Amino acid sequence: MKAKHQRLILALVALGGVAGAGVLAASALRDEAAYFRTPVEVQGGKAGVGEAMRLGGMVAKGSIVRQADGLTIRFVATDGKAAVPVEYKGIVPDLFGEESGMVADGRMRADGVFVADRILAKHDERYMPPQMGEMPKNMKAPAAT
Amino acid sequence: MHAYANPTRFLAIAKPLTPWLLGVGLLLVLGGAWAGLAMVPGDYKQGETARILYVHVPSAWLGMGGWTSLAVAGLVQLVWRHPLSGIAARAIAVPGMLFTALCLATGSIWGRPTWGTWWEWDGRMTSMLVLLFLYAGFIALTSGDDGQRQGGSLSRGAAIYALVGAINIPIINRSVVWWNSLHQGPSITLRGSSIDGALLWPLGLTLFGFSLLFGAIVLMRMRRIIADNRVSARLRRLADEED
Repeated sequence: MKAKHQRLILALVALGGVAGAGVLAASALRDEAAYFRTPVEVQGGKAGVGEAMRLGGMVAKGSIVRQADGLTIRFVATDGKAAVPVEYKGIVPDLFGEESGMVADGRMRADGVFVADRILAKHDERYMPPQMGEMPKNMKAPAAT
Repeated sequence: MHAYANPTRFLAIAKPLTPWLLGVGLLLVLGGAWAGLAMVPGDYKQGETARILYVHVPSAWLGMGGWTSLAVAGLVQLVWRHPLSGIAARAIAVPGMLFTALCLATGSIWGRPTWGTWWEWDGRMTSMLVLLFLYAGFIALTSGDDGQRQGGSLSRGAAIYALVGAINIPIINRSVVWWNSLHQGPSITLRGSSIDGALLWPLGLTLFGFSLLFGAIVLMRMRRIIADNRVSARLRRLADEED
């Protein structure tokens, strides 16, 4: 066996080993590296009352209700499997709206309402011209899941 | 392939190729920018801010593609010790880092109006920042080292560093799939694009154009390193003759 073949095998074996370690580390980080928790995780007991966390989900259709003080909003965050009511006092980003994604920083209150200190809008992977955005949902390009 | 690893043969190809890559690349980038800014409509939801994708996506592609080629050059250096591989790796590092920085900057500028924040520590953004630091580390590791004075080859440490750093590339790519992230999932996959065709075509122009520009920059930097090597070799010879 020539020296360069030895080096090639050594380099590939080492690379495979490091790549395997990387994949193991990434999958071990699965929960820790998640940027937010989903409603089903929150209701499954992954969030203690008062624990600082992020909740991410879709804003349920027709759920945004502005409270009497004019500043506080309430809405329901859902992932299709579970739903968590959210309360937030402040200004939301322009792209925040019903049937689109959002991420909220905050904590669960004892009554099961998530009290947010900050809300970010999450954009999905679809990009299209305005006239198509107004078309019925079933005519839009299918979103990759 | 071995034939092209010879610097003289490489120069015979690189020299006429450079202006073509540069010229066509510039034309495509300018055309794509014009189309993206003035011809296509804004996004149905984000409006005008979506147009930054015509720079953001090519930057991300080149930042990641740059490290992938750096790792291949590192492997070639380790195994075959081709004289050009180290030179190529040195030439790629700076534009790769530049495009990575451009990707982070445009993403941040887009994130403020879209998400409502300049920066969040989500999987995609963090792994991309790690890539920027990897480039910085590689440049620091290969600047003014012995290899630079001896023909541009990489030290074993630098070549291994380039290979190990490549693990970050699939992590960046998969970060939005593996982990909940603020960054949206992939728009363009093997199954198709969720960017509508009406908004997609200028991206093809800028993606290809920036790639050609990247190639031109790499060739120019490689030629400069080879020229530097020749100058220093000649100076060494002259100094020896005087002795």
